[in-house]
Amino acid sequence: MKHTLNQVFHSGKFLVGFTILMTVLVIVFVYPLIVRTPPLQIIGQGTFFPPGIYVSTYDAINAPTVYTLNLPDAEARRIANRLTQEDRIAMKEWLVAFGVPEEEIDIDDTAQLLAQWEANYDPNLRLPGMTFARHRYFQRVNASIDGLLSTEGAIIAARNPETGELTEKSIVKQTDFANVNDIANVRILTLGTDNFGRDVTTQLVAAAGVSLLIGLVAGLIATTIGLVLGLMAGYIGGVVDDVIMFVTNLFTVIPTFVLLILISFSIGQDRRGAVTIAIVIGFTSWVWTARAVRSQVFSLRNRDHVNLSKLSGHPLPRIIFADILPYIASYVVMAFILQISSGILAEAGLSILGLGPRTTETPTLGLMMNWAMIYQAHILGKWWAYMPVLLTIALITFSMNLMNTGLDQVFNPALRD
Amino acid sequence: MASSGNLCLSGTGVTKVFGFGRHRTLAVDHVDFAFHEGEIISIVGESGSGKTTLAKMLLGLISVTEGEIYFQGKKRDISSGRKKKEYWRNIQAIFQDPFSAYNTFHKIDAVLLDCIKLRGGGGLPKEEKVRLMTEACSFVNLKYAELTNKYPFELSGGQMQRLMIARIFLLKPKILIADEPTSMIDACSRATILDYLMKLRDETGMTLIFITHDIGLAYYVSDTVYIMEHGRFVESGSADEVILHPKQPYTRRLISDVPKIYEEWDLSTV
Amino acid sequence: MARVMLEVRDLTTKYITRYKEDVYAVDHVSLKIEEGKTLGIAGESGCGKSTLALSLMGYYFPPLHYMSGEIIIDGQNITGMKPDDVRKSILGREIAYIPQAAMNALNPTRKVIDFIGDVVRAHDPTWTKKMIYDHARSLFERLGLPAEVLQKYPVELSGGMKQRTVIAVAVTLTPKVLIADEPSSALDVTSQKMVIKMLRDLMESGFIKAMIFITHELPLLYNVADDIMVMYAGQIVESASAKQAVFDPLHPYSKGLMGSIIVPESGLRNVKLVAIPGAPPNLKNPPPGCRFAERCKYVQAECKVTSVPLYEVGYNRAYRCILSETELRRAYEHGE
Repeated sequence: MKHTLNQVFHSGKFLVGFTILMTVLVIVFVYPLIVRTPPLQIIGQGTFFPPGIYVSTYDAINAPTVYTLNLPDAEARRIANRLTQEDRIAMKEWLVAFGVPEEEIDIDDTAQLLAQWEANYDPNLRLPGMTFARHRYFQRVNASIDGLLSTEGAIIAARNPETGELTEKSIVKQTDFANVNDIANVRILTLGTDNFGRDVTTQLVAAAGVSLLIGLVAGLIATTIGLVLGLMAGYIGGVVDDVIMFVTNLFTVIPTFVLLILISFSIGQDRRGAVTIAIVIGFTSWVWTARAVRSQVFSLRNRDHVNLSKLSGHPLPRIIFADILPYIASYVVMAFILQISSGILAEAGLSILGLGPRTTETPTLGLMMNWAMIYQAHILGKWWAYMPVLLTIALITFSMNLMNTGLDQVFNPALRD
Repeated sequence: MASSGNLCLSGTGVTKVFGFGRHRTLAVDHVDFAFHEGEIISIVGESGSGKTTLAKMLLGLISVTEGEIYFQGKKRDISSGRKKKEYWRNIQAIFQDPFSAYNTFHKIDAVLLDCIKLRGGGGLPKEEKVRLMTEACSFVNLKYAELTNKYPFELSGGQMQRLMIARIFLLKPKILIADEPTSMIDACSRATILDYLMKLRDETGMTLIFITHDIGLAYYVSDTVYIMEHGRFVESGSADEVILHPKQPYTRRLISDVPKIYEEWDLSTV
Repeated sequence: MARVMLEVRDLTTKYITRYKEDVYAVDHVSLKIEEGKTLGIAGESGCGKSTLALSLMGYYFPPLHYMSGEIIIDGQNITGMKPDDVRKSILGREIAYIPQAAMNALNPTRKVIDFIGDVVRAHDPTWTKKMIYDHARSLFERLGLPAEVLQKYPVELSGGMKQRTVIAVAVTLTPKVLIADEPSSALDVTSQKMVIKMLRDLMESGFIKAMIFITHELPLLYNVADDIMVMYAGQIVESASAKQAVFDPLHPYSKGLMGSIIVPESGLRNVKLVAIPGAPPNLKNPPPGCRFAERCKYVQAECKVTSVPLYEVGYNRAYRCILSETELRRAYEHGE
């Protein structure tokens, strides 16, 4: 036993798979201890905020200390941030259409371009041949560059609650800086927010945990059913075998996934929790384990060591536990690992179809995919809503398959290279 | 010697059918036999003749479809676990392939301790158990001190087969069925195994039943020989009678097909 | 003197294990087979019988490696030939090999004719289907096998027929020397006899010129072989004519082997069998002296330290023991 474990942990493939899975598990358990917000709390007003560091504007202005930094490229960066190359080309296009000679316009000279724009642009003038959408676009560009070259700074004013008068409180200058450490509210959204404005990272970690749980429960159920039925059919044989094989064959010919869909649907949305779904998956995926265990037990039952055990007067349970199970244990462990990963995949498949667990506290990987799909994250190019989920599913199943292959090589010497 | 002792194991119309309908096969077809105490019997047959099936029925490992087996003159009753256990105190087996006859997860001590327990020695003090095991091992020229804490697969085929005999030494059954005990081991180890089996039989006076395809072996060891073909006994009698003066054409053919040393091996009769 | 079909001089080959250890499975073996003769090789499992058979073809692939020695087939020295040339022009044409349990290794999805086609095409890819079929048909006719077997799959054949088919495939290109490794040990006695009959017919009709027959069943070997070579731990310990080897063995190991023969013949019922205790030595680290010393009844102090050469005694007879012929014979008379 010790020797086998030693061998297992010397298998490169198993070790890589095991490390990945352990890393995922550690993150699942440790992350909630650090970030304590509920995974499905809506924090963003609006959909699909991109990944990044979010700084409260209000708190930035009201930071206790204001630092003055004279950065030479501050202005250029500010303009570049507001005035894209695309905008510059568009502005040139407008100016040319308005009548400014083309050779006089240099889109790289920001000051000159803005001056020409200031001198000539009239938001109410609609040039001939210009669509309304284009017209509005130029109005937007005009608004956004308003005051871009101003050095005045912005005035912060407060409204007098009684008179409604604005009183100047302070001026925020272009050279004013706040230290991020001084700002009361900064939120890092590594993977942005989803369609409901919920933090994707927190959600993903919780989802991975729930999906692993679903896989584990489904795997346990499927392996237990498969093992018990396989053992009974293989060892007892006769009529018991015929009946069990009849049921097993029935389950084999019915496509499991269709069955899964029908059962999930008939359970009804209200009663579909994560564990319910796991049980349903478990009850539909034991077939192959049962068949494989049966055939293995079938050949084991006629081996001489089982006969010898009988002749030594051992009772049936002892023969099964001591003479049969150890021989198929390696196989069952491998089947169990595969069942977990296929359970995770089955949940994902079900949830994408909208038949997954209904939950208001915990997401699952499949549900996250489902939400991303319904709100068209893939069409809108909001990759952070589905890509990390896909990668997590792939990583978990990959690590399990890798562990399985590693185990296979240890237990089946013919596969060793 | 053959019919001098009391009846030990006998059967009338013993039949085994596998499967049903189209897949129905008659493995053992109404065989009658009478084995006496202390006799050495060989059941000889080619592969597929049903000799191993018969052996398993005698051992009570598989059920008898039809017919009756008598143990010591009385109808054999193995209907419950307790009765089976009682029966197995009296009848034991050695199997063909020593490599598959042991549970590879159990150490050698466990194999031998089981035998002591089956003989009702489960409550003995530890020293007494060790003494018994040491005695059994030294009977087959193995050293218990070297075997303890080892697994069966760490031994050679011949050693494993000897350990099997040590097991029988501990159990001291009335009947031993040896199913091709030497066909998987080398010729030189074969003599050793046969020696130990004979020695054990001389000490305990047990009935020894060889199941074999090797006519030479059957002739060498046994008092009585049964020749089996397609689930039936075609000929039976004392070894000299059956092997040296066969009456049935099948027996004659079988014996003429075996390569010999002194007689000419006639290849033209194929 | 008759034509020598196969001569091997001082052949040594070794296995390199996964742990990079050397195992000398064939250790300075020399042998000579004349036209029309069958050489039998006897010994326990693991003594190097099958490795010798593999080594004799001059075609080595890991983990088996050639070390030294010469192989001469019908006057042609194949030592030092490129493996590819050996495969193309020697294997199957000059010397053919039937591995142990070959009949159970036939691809179940292919017909018998396909196996013959493979052999033929490996040496000459230009053969058409028709040519192969005609060749196979006439081959089967000559070997006395029914032609309809050609169109059958291995599973449709009985054990004996399967083994005879394997032999037919091996001799497709009319090799001069045939090496048969346990060709009949998994078969019933009747099928065994048919296989042996076929091999003997091949020899008698001159289809093959010489044969090496490997088996651990001594009565069978005695009936098939003209000469018998006894191997122990990778070395030849005795070579003699079949009669001498069985009835008058010199080496204590051969004596033990022959003493374990059991046959259904009158007068052989109550003879005492000779048992050899112990197991063959580990060839990774063979003992310096006689390799049989550990298990030998007649062991001397000298045996364990000095290696023993093969002594030639008379025509076609040799043994590897420090005791003289007379000493050995006297020991056997008194010992039993």
